[in-house]
Amino acid sequence: MALLSVRNVTRRFGGIVAIDDVSLDVEKGQIVGLIGPNGAGKTTLFNVITRLYKPDAGELEFAGKSLLHTPPHRIVRRGIARTFQNVELFRTMTVLDNVLVGAHTRTKPFRSGAVRARAHEVLDYVGIADFANRPAAGLSFGTLKRVELARALVAEPQLLLLDEPAGGLNHAEVSELGTFIRKLRDDFDLTVLLVEHHMGLVMGIAERIHVLDFGRKIAEGSPDEVQRNTAVIEAYLGAEPAAA
Amino acid sequence: MTNFLQQIVSGLASGGIYGSLALAIVIIHRSTGVINFAQGEMATLSAFVCWTLVDHGWSFWPAFAATLVLSFAAGAALQAIVIRPLQSGPLLGIVILTIGLLIAINGLTTWIWGGAAKQFAGPFSTSPINVGGVAFSKQDIGVIVVSVIVVALVGLLFTRTKLGLGLRAAAVNPVEARLVGVRVAAMLAVGWGLAAALGAVAGVMAAPSLFLEPNMMQTVLLYSFAAAVLGGMDSPVGAVVGGLVLGVLLNLSGTYVHWIGGELRLATALAVILGVLLLRPSGLFGRAAVRRV
Repeated sequence: MALLSVRNVTRRFGGIVAIDDVSLDVEKGQIVGLIGPNGAGKTTLFNVITRLYKPDAGELEFAGKSLLHTPPHRIVRRGIARTFQNVELFRTMTVLDNVLVGAHTRTKPFRSGAVRARAHEVLDYVGIADFANRPAAGLSFGTLKRVELARALVAEPQLLLLDEPAGGLNHAEVSELGTFIRKLRDDFDLTVLLVEHHMGLVMGIAERIHVLDFGRKIAEGSPDEVQRNTAVIEAYLGAEPAAA
Repeated sequence: MTNFLQQIVSGLASGGIYGSLALAIVIIHRSTGVINFAQGEMATLSAFVCWTLVDHGWSFWPAFAATLVLSFAAGAALQAIVIRPLQSGPLLGIVILTIGLLIAINGLTTWIWGGAAKQFAGPFSTSPINVGGVAFSKQDIGVIVVSVIVVALVGLLFTRTKLGLGLRAAAVNPVEARLVGVRVAAMLAVGWGLAAALGAVAGVMAAPSLFLEPNMMQTVLLYSFAAAVLGGMDSPVGAVVGGLVLGVLLNLSGTYVHWIGGELRLATALAVILGVLLLRPSGLFGRAAVRRV
């Protein structure tokens, strides 16, 4: 049984159909890529899964139970954590406090010692232990992305949603990131759903890829299958003009 | 020299009251951007509740504790029932609502307790205490001690507890806070409750020296605004420091600058607001708001 199952989900904004009847399954333990040109609806789908947006139609199931009756602040407790394309942090708070907020659902009201220790461990794991007591505002984009990742990890999710983790990274960093996401999956026993524009990264680490275009799912399969799919090639490069 | 020290201590005592109320204003402003104009009247109402309990034979400290609990509950309920429905609308709507609350609560206290000033015997005697040859009022010392304890407890709450972390997260980035599992709506109610309880401390501490009547906190509220602006509208530490600095400043200028005296106290506070807004709008401890356009 799939860990996350999106079935026939539609979300409109006024007259625009941002996601149109999309279905996809994410199997436990897999790294799954979600790709598509700009405006294809990838981030919207993330926002629907984390309940920031209500779907207009369709069903979402996580670990066999519907997500649609779970309010946004309970999503993390159910086991889904995410990062954002443009990094959403508590900017005036320290890096450590940001991570502690991430552990909010795993913290008992008056015993924060263990959580603090765990937060430091995770900061060390993502390689920013030295920044623990610095305010988030003013740190470099790459560091902030790691803070966000640490904050997601301390929530002990089963499913991690990564929204463009490679954004703003240089070539060497991207290949490092690929190895890191795999290691992350193994060390934390995660399932990863990944929105990414960097094709090298997605094709390198994803076991399964779903392709969106204009809100519709146009293909799914292994990286090889998707790369050979004509609909996908058209979506990215444009259709060949019909013979005049 | 004796007079100078006495003026400083009594300035710190009023400053503790201004600081507590300013802290209440800042807590609400930080989380929602709203200036709560009803904060002073809420504090007066709390002081009346405490007075009534004492009048019914309670001793002071249990009455004080009960007042804090009741004020917290009432503040949280006020947010949940009256403020929350307006939250999606413009900020100005809520600000005007708080002005309405100011009038309503003032009317309520006048209706229940009447407009006549009541004597509120506080927990501290008015007799002097001798420290190093200088006589200080026990009342002043008591108010300072209570303010310091309360502010320290609030500080610990914000920095050391899960609730405090949730409150801060909800204030800084509500959408994101909700995603990491913070119940933002509950946090806003708790913030109002906390502010109401802080106001209760200010009201009950102010009542013995001001005479308890429905308009008691109106000038105190203006001083607290001045304190909050001086410290920085978004800085809890600034609110408390601003309150203490303002209390001492007003006392010293009233005593040593003959043309200010007692009459121009309020004008001095307003001059502080004006001066800070002109020279350093973000206050002593505030962060300048930078917005990317």
